[in-house]
Amino acid sequence: MQRHLISAADLTRDDAVLILDTAEEMARVADRPIKKLPTLRGRTVVNLFFEDSTRTRISFEAAEKRLSADVINFTAKGSSVSKGESLKDTAQTLEAMGVDAVVIRHGASGAPYRLANSGWIDAAVINAGDGTHQHPTQALLDAFTMRRRLIGRDAGIGQDLDGKRITLVGDILHSRVARSNVDLLHTLGAEVTLVAPPTLVPVGVESWPCEVSYDLDSTLSKSDAVMLLRVQRERMNAAFFPTEREYSRRYGLDGDRMAKMPEHAIVMHPGPMVRGMEITAEVADSERCTAIEQVANGVSIRMAVLYLLLGGNEPAVSHARTNEEK
Amino acid sequence: MSKILIRGAKVLGGEAQDVLIDGSVIEAVGPGLSDEGAEVVDAEGKVLLPGLVDLHTHLREPGREDSETVLTGTRAAASGGYTAVFAMANTFPVADTAGVVEQVYRLGQEHGYCDVQPIGAVTVGLEGRKLAELGAMYESAAGVTVFSDDGKCVDDAVIMRRALEYVKAFGGVVAQHAQEPRLTEGAEMNEGVVSAELGLGGWPAVAEESIIARDVLLAEHVGSRVHICHLSTAGSVEIVRWAKSRGIDVTAEVTPHHLLLTDELVRTYNPVYKVNPPLRTERDVLALREALADGTIDIVATDHAPHPHEDKDCEWAAAAMGMVGLETALSVVQETMVDTGLLTWAGVAERMSVKPAEIGRAKGHGRPVSAGEPANLTLVDTAYRGSVDPAGFASRSRNTPYEGRELPGRVTHTWLRGKATLVDGKLT
Amino acid sequence: MDKQDKHDTHTSDARPVLEGPDIARVLTRIAHEIVERAKGADDVVLLGIPTRGVFLAQRLGVKLEEITDRKIPVGSLDITMYRDDLRMHPPRALARTEIPGDGIDGRLVVLVDDVLFSGRTIRAALDALNDIGRPRAVQLAVLVDRGHRELPIRADYVGKNLPTSLRETVKVLLAEEDGRDTVLLGAKPAAPGASQ
Repeated sequence: MQRHLISAADLTRDDAVLILDTAEEMARVADRPIKKLPTLRGRTVVNLFFEDSTRTRISFEAAEKRLSADVINFTAKGSSVSKGESLKDTAQTLEAMGVDAVVIRHGASGAPYRLANSGWIDAAVINAGDGTHQHPTQALLDAFTMRRRLIGRDAGIGQDLDGKRITLVGDILHSRVARSNVDLLHTLGAEVTLVAPPTLVPVGVESWPCEVSYDLDSTLSKSDAVMLLRVQRERMNAAFFPTEREYSRRYGLDGDRMAKMPEHAIVMHPGPMVRGMEITAEVADSERCTAIEQVANGVSIRMAVLYLLLGGNEPAVSHARTNEEK
Repeated sequence: MSKILIRGAKVLGGEAQDVLIDGSVIEAVGPGLSDEGAEVVDAEGKVLLPGLVDLHTHLREPGREDSETVLTGTRAAASGGYTAVFAMANTFPVADTAGVVEQVYRLGQEHGYCDVQPIGAVTVGLEGRKLAELGAMYESAAGVTVFSDDGKCVDDAVIMRRALEYVKAFGGVVAQHAQEPRLTEGAEMNEGVVSAELGLGGWPAVAEESIIARDVLLAEHVGSRVHICHLSTAGSVEIVRWAKSRGIDVTAEVTPHHLLLTDELVRTYNPVYKVNPPLRTERDVLALREALADGTIDIVATDHAPHPHEDKDCEWAAAAMGMVGLETALSVVQETMVDTGLLTWAGVAERMSVKPAEIGRAKGHGRPVSAGEPANLTLVDTAYRGSVDPAGFASRSRNTPYEGRELPGRVTHTWLRGKATLVDGKLT
Repeated sequence: MDKQDKHDTHTSDARPVLEGPDIARVLTRIAHEIVERAKGADDVVLLGIPTRGVFLAQRLGVKLEEITDRKIPVGSLDITMYRDDLRMHPPRALARTEIPGDGIDGRLVVLVDDVLFSGRTIRAALDALNDIGRPRAVQLAVLVDRGHRELPIRADYVGKNLPTSLRETVKVLLAEEDGRDTVLLGAKPAAPGASQ
């Protein structure tokens, strides 16, 4: 039985709904005077970050501590000469110290998969973002945010996102958030549309369970949620788009565009936001923008994942796809 | 000199015959030869081929002796049925001078497992800027006629044109590693459905095809011959087919792994499948097999690329590109070409011995199995089936993509100029 | 075989020890006892332990309101993440913890559960309460006490004391969850089931 969370594509609909429902209960702990549960007492979790990501690390760390796990933070900047050796050696060193789970962030796509499947270690592996591959807890917290806003906190329990129309805008090509969201949202029954300049859509996207559009304006009125992905300014230099100004004009979300969205529709952003590029300050600071909520929800989702993977004698999440391969 | 009688072998897969070796040459071929004074090798049911010739091997010496040496590499070659290998120039130092190529050539001669024909670099240090002393390497004891910057593409059109023109003076050939560098920056695997899902940098087919198209046109323009290394896409096949139909002097090779494996395997993120050019799609694999069968692709070359364990026991991005191939090549060709009915054993001999020897001007190799020819021979037990166990490899490296896979065929004997280098599957 | 079939098979050879009217009567009695012991139940908060303890707490709340003519705060307390046997099973789905508006600080919390057995659930409930606030006092009301305590815990209000052997199961069915009210005493099933 799989004990890892590597890809959002590994989750079945029931797994995903269980995680969202569990997170809803975890969220209530945040409202209590003592924001702590004894559930993972005596379990050790290491946050193994080969890439700087203070936001994600702090979110995991908060989740781990609220569940009373012992937390080790390991920020390793991969050496250019032998990154491979250092991943394997570092993981084995940590395991020798008695680690029950490894939360890993790595710049190389597939590094968490390798860690979980190469026989290097026995600990459970949770992917906190790998290269341009996957970031499954981000997709889960996004889905959680959508369910709360579009269905309701209590009304959402046990529900998926059947029929919800979600639009992802921005650098799809380099985005692990996009990949994870397409997989998970599809599993949860949502209809996903990707919007980007053609240069930032991967060759091979035709096999993804979603629509692709190059025109933002035509999708806005048909969206229950619009998620903006960060666009790095450096992409200009590699000719992915001509200028920041042209990108903003064609794909940035401003007040006028937001007004074209249905009244109930929300604006999402995984952060950190590049204001003035993909989103204007007006939109970012509006009631409809869930960026701050997403951060709070991230802790609840990560608590749920940690509890469901480590809280018992075996994980409660089935990982249908991986099991089929075995 | 002793005599060896190979009894009852199916020569090139045909009728069973006896082959008598006397010293370094084949003395006679025919039914019912006398075994008087000869050591007899029972070859009943086995197929006898001319010794295989690999136009594309990385022996790593000098410089990376931790992954392979001329000795271990030629032992691996003998194990796989090869009697001659062409050693690529990307060593440390680069084989871009007469001194380095002579060193490699002599090491091959000393060890005696397999002839080693060094390939010279096209440009100094494989840097693509300045032509290496191609003439000096040709005139050296190594007699280099094949030049390649393999591992890197000669991407500058002017340098490529000059190289193609220059080697005409001594009948040389430039073997191009076709990879447009700008289109493959950050490339990690074939660009397509799988790379989109895995988030690995895409390596578009067009990066190979555009260089091949350019180079066949250059070869036509300057009236030279060009050889295309490890062709890997269906589009490349179409371009080479078109060039040949136009009369352009182009030859092309395909590796065994591109005849069998696809990019679906990369889903495991296991770097044993990381290779340059990358594994492509099922459609490409089928096009390559067809092209090898109809002669559009002339030869099979291994691109044997040994790497130490630690360079593969890591995450995909950090891993080295390449696979070992000398010891599994014939089995993979049997699996993909012979057992599928696409090629006869005579066709295999043509593509793995005769043609590569011809392209590389390897004297005494790729000759007919007939009286008076040098006794460079390979005996294959084609009925054998077994799973690949890298622990048994003669190569110093184990980076095979076939570990545990069942493949047909096993080379039991190899003779280099009458001297057995492999007997009953064991190196001498 | 679906869940419902399994449930029926399991309960078919069990015999009822409390029927619907008995349960209603017993709850009325407990409500009166609470009012009596809490001297009017001014500061009582009822917290049911999911799943069936919550329904019992809600029923008790209604009865207390009838008696005292005052609104009685009723909530739920999920103890899953405080269990001492977490490592012995796959993780369980969490249930709702709902603390009534004014909280529990300085109040009399009455925990409500369906069956009191080993006492470990109540131990976990006391730990959970500890993280939520500081009640003036904590009491325990259960529908059935079947004995076999493994911890020094006792109930303040008991619907029915039911001597059992460890080979028996006690199953409380309530209309809100199960469609009918009854308490069944049966033999332990061969496979580990949902018995208390």
